Amino acid sequence: MASIKTISKKYVHDLLEQVTDPEIPVIAITDLGIVRDVLITDNFVEVIITSTYSGCPAMIEIEKNIHHVLKKEGIDKFKITTILSPAWTTEWITEKGNQRLKEYGIAPPNPTNPKNIECPQCGSKNTQLLSEFGSTACKSLRKCKDCLEPFDYFKCH
Amino acid sequence: MNQNLFNYTLQHADNCLILGQRLAEWCGHGPVLEQDIAMTNISLDLIGQCRMWYQYAASIQGEGKTEDEIVAFRDAWDYRNTLLVEQPNGDFAQTILRQFLFDTFSVNYYEILIDSNDDQLAAIGAKSHKEACYHVKWSGDWVIRLGDGTEESCDRMKAAMHELWPYSEELTKANETEKKAFEDGYGVDLLALKEKRDAKILEVLIEATLEVPKSTYMHKGGKDGIHTEHLGYILADLQFLQRAYPGLEW
Repeated sequence: MASIKTISKKYVHDLLEQVTDPEIPVIAITDLGIVRDVLITDNFVEVIITSTYSGCPAMIEIEKNIHHVLKKEGIDKFKITTILSPAWTTEWITEKGNQRLKEYGIAPPNPTNPKNIECPQCGSKNTQLLSEFGSTACKSLRKCKDCLEPFDYFKCH
Repeated sequence: MNQNLFNYTLQHADNCLILGQRLAEWCGHGPVLEQDIAMTNISLDLIGQCRMWYQYAASIQGEGKTEDEIVAFRDAWDYRNTLLVEQPNGDFAQTILRQFLFDTFSVNYYEILIDSNDDQLAAIGAKSHKEACYHVKWSGDWVIRLGDGTEESCDRMKAAMHELWPYSEELTKANETEKKAFEDGYGVDLLALKEKRDAKILEVLIEATLEVPKSTYMHKGGKDGIHTEHLGYILADLQFLQRAYPGLEW
């Protein structure tokens, strides 16, 4: 349990690394770029988050989990604020986040060449789009023409 | 309270909600799995967008109402959505055309809304515009694919055009609320929008080998609460639980 003295921005940020996206449980919300800021005034913590897509159903769960993690560490005075602007972009996903997506079998966003997506299973670039819309709002569905496996691609947004 | 801003916000909230609900009706019934998922994904985006609108409407109203209460306890004549979005799903061609007519509106609408002098509307615009770009690409591709497809798919698109075209113009025809919103700098100039939207529609229709029906008659009224019979049935579904058990949560 943290004493009041130890509450620093970095401390809270490190705690938030324990919170993952319930639909992609390998990626922390801090690596997904949805934690926009942590403000601390007189030991009152404000966590500022933004949603990926406006209808993302994971947001309610994520808020609950942030609540849970902070409470568990003895932080009682806090609030979670959701902001709309600036709108979330996949550019905010960290290098580590992209790496975790790939290891999990989801091709990370490729802003420089969105038509040339690498299969996360076999590494082939010979892949095709099956559908613009995949298992969640943030992904599209692709297929590898070499290993023939379908896979999710995290869309540039 | 700024009554005009409230009405303006509701109009757009209602459009997103009702079309989101219509698309959700396809869940489990799509022609193929990928398109079933596409329609429910778009539905989810629209429901997410309507929540931003309703939350803002609730804060403008300042009566402590929640977004859910605004949705559940208004009758059809208080709904401000355009007639297009409440039209039945029909076959896949009709759903696609309805979506395309709406998406060509919303993608241009949100793009302009980003410059609204109201910060919250500008934020909603920036967030929704990104999503609308996917939607219009999907529905536009399908209009072309079906229109320039087989004899059967082309016939169905022609039938959809005949059915839905008279509902296409209401979206860009400003009512008093929208005129005032534009004058006050927070609303969108629908005349400028119409030009861009019409150009996009024409471009896609030509590629889809489809023609605009000759009749120029256009339905209107939804923005001022005069709806087709369909809206009542949608609301009966949508509002049942809260009407039967007010305030129920789970």
